[in-house]
Amino acid sequence: MADNLNPASAAKAGPDSVPGNAVNISIKHLYKIFGPNPAQHLAAVQQGMSKQELRDVHGHVLGLRDISIDMPAGGIQVVMGLSGSGKSTLIRHINRLIEPTAGELWAGEHNVLAMSPRALRHFRRERTAMVFQNFALFPHLTVQQNTEYGLQVQHVKHKKRQEAAARWIERVGLKGYEDSYPNQLSGGMQQRVGLARALTNDAPILLMDEAFSALDPMIRSDMQSVLLDLQQELGKTIVFITHDLEEALRLGDRIAILRDGEVVQQGTGQQIVLKPADDYISSFIKDVNRGRVIRCRTLMTPGVTVDGPSVDAGLVLEEVARVLSAEGKDAANVTNSRGKPLGSITMSDLIAAMVPPKAEEAT
Amino acid sequence: MRTLAEFPTLGTEQLSQLRRFIDGGFRSFSREYGETLERLFDPLREFLIFSERLMTQSPWPVVIGAIALIAWLASRSWKITLGTVLTLLAIGYFGMWIDTMKTISMIFVCTVVALALGLPIGIAMSRWDRLQRAINPVLDVMQTMPSFVYLIPVVMLLGIGRVAGMIAVVVYAIPPVIRFTNLGIRLVSKDLLEAADAFGASMWQKMFKVQLPLALPTIMAGINQTIMLSLAMVVIASMIGVQGLGQPVLKAIANQYFTMGMFNGLAIVGIAIIFDRVSQTYGKRLQKHLEVVHG
Repeated sequence: MADNLNPASAAKAGPDSVPGNAVNISIKHLYKIFGPNPAQHLAAVQQGMSKQELRDVHGHVLGLRDISIDMPAGGIQVVMGLSGSGKSTLIRHINRLIEPTAGELWAGEHNVLAMSPRALRHFRRERTAMVFQNFALFPHLTVQQNTEYGLQVQHVKHKKRQEAAARWIERVGLKGYEDSYPNQLSGGMQQRVGLARALTNDAPILLMDEAFSALDPMIRSDMQSVLLDLQQELGKTIVFITHDLEEALRLGDRIAILRDGEVVQQGTGQQIVLKPADDYISSFIKDVNRGRVIRCRTLMTPGVTVDGPSVDAGLVLEEVARVLSAEGKDAANVTNSRGKPLGSITMSDLIAAMVPPKAEEAT
Repeated sequence: MRTLAEFPTLGTEQLSQLRRFIDGGFRSFSREYGETLERLFDPLREFLIFSERLMTQSPWPVVIGAIALIAWLASRSWKITLGTVLTLLAIGYFGMWIDTMKTISMIFVCTVVALALGLPIGIAMSRWDRLQRAINPVLDVMQTMPSFVYLIPVVMLLGIGRVAGMIAVVVYAIPPVIRFTNLGIRLVSKDLLEAADAFGASMWQKMFKVQLPLALPTIMAGINQTIMLSLAMVVIASMIGVQGLGQPVLKAIANQYFTMGMFNGLAIVGIAIIFDRVSQTYGKRLQKHLEVVHG
């Protein structure tokens, strides 16, 4: 594996550095080359050999190139990209379903890449849970048994895992379906089982690989709400893979955009919408409803107070506009979560920001 | 031109020398080790005799009741259970009870042995591609070699009787269970294995909780085939002293007793149908959860 791995760091170390049991994930200079002899071509790729050259001349496929992402503990990190961008490859590195060619990967204090097979199994059992695009439910097990699967692998006592599973089945809204088999459920219900199965594991890291992509738009939006609701109380570190920008903006505390195995831009949704790094991303975001993404904190004029209603700094522009038109006012005071005024925002600011700039539309 | 009309062969002299050399070698091998091998198979002989006694010496209503119960538990179909009971009653009424019991006992033991050997081999084959490549041609030989041919070395080694017959039957009947076990495990979707991996399942947890249960319907199809093949072979094995329905069939062929041949042949058909329907419906019941109820 890579030279830059730190062999001294034990696979398992002390308690997590972040309070509340949440774990941050840190990916450093991760490379993945697919092919019979990846190590041989690593140096050339690190020096900038193109994906095309690697494939056509050397017969290897570049999966990921120099990925470095810091995923905050207790937040939702979205990794977005079109098919073939390497996003599903990336998420599989976090629980090492795929071995990297080079790089480092830390989950809290745990050096994931230094783990022995045994330590890795324990890491997967206790620290991570995963939800899959195609659900990957076990067709020979009932909803109840599927949900218990993670705990069963951990040899948890029957009664205990039954209770835990029943709680999560109810929480995702499938009470009454415990004895159904996955094939008897609709796609949306199946993915609820997938979510319940992952949550029953009670792991600090939740990996969601295009978890909602196979669902109808309505059901997808439902599931997003379910996830956001749950996240409010769970505060897990969620890595969410998607190819859908709306979904990325709705769920992601932070978003990383992947293209051809490289990170093109990362930041908050707002940062990406307001300052797209290049044409590729501009073309991505041109149809986004900016009023639902940009928060009024970004647009306010600091320090000025006006005669008008108070709005939370975290509100998106659309909601501020709704408040203003309901009150019949032209401007609002922006306050922090404790009600302390931070600045103000006017209706014309809102309208200007909600319309995409001309230059962007041209691209 | 004459050289093309006649195939170039080894001389008669060399051929018979070759034959004598191989036969002689095998004969001295069986003289040397035959007894040791026979003793090695003693537990199996005991098992065969025990199971045969159990079937032939238990009161017939108990035996019919037990078989009917098994048929019911496996198929959950009263039609199949009733058919089983009626078939057995008819067989008994026509005086073939003891022979039929001997045949059923033989098939039972042969199937158990075939499964005990075949399942682990099939599982191992599914794990290692190289093993699969090595075993597949062996299975091809076992299935295509005329069964009479491998009766010869078995009889030379172990003499005539139950054990030799059982080995011949198992050799003939084991390939399907091996092949289907291997196939069934290999057909389990990669996505499910990935999910099991993601939850930290060990190799054994994957095998016993995911791969084998999902392969079970396929494996059941293999077991069904194995039972059918051992039934077919039990008749042929009667030529080397296996008792049961094969014996009267053999006698009927030798003496041209048409009715005797027919009756015993029909009894074989009867138990074949019982075995087939029961094991098939059991296999189908295992697949119930795979049916898509919701569109």
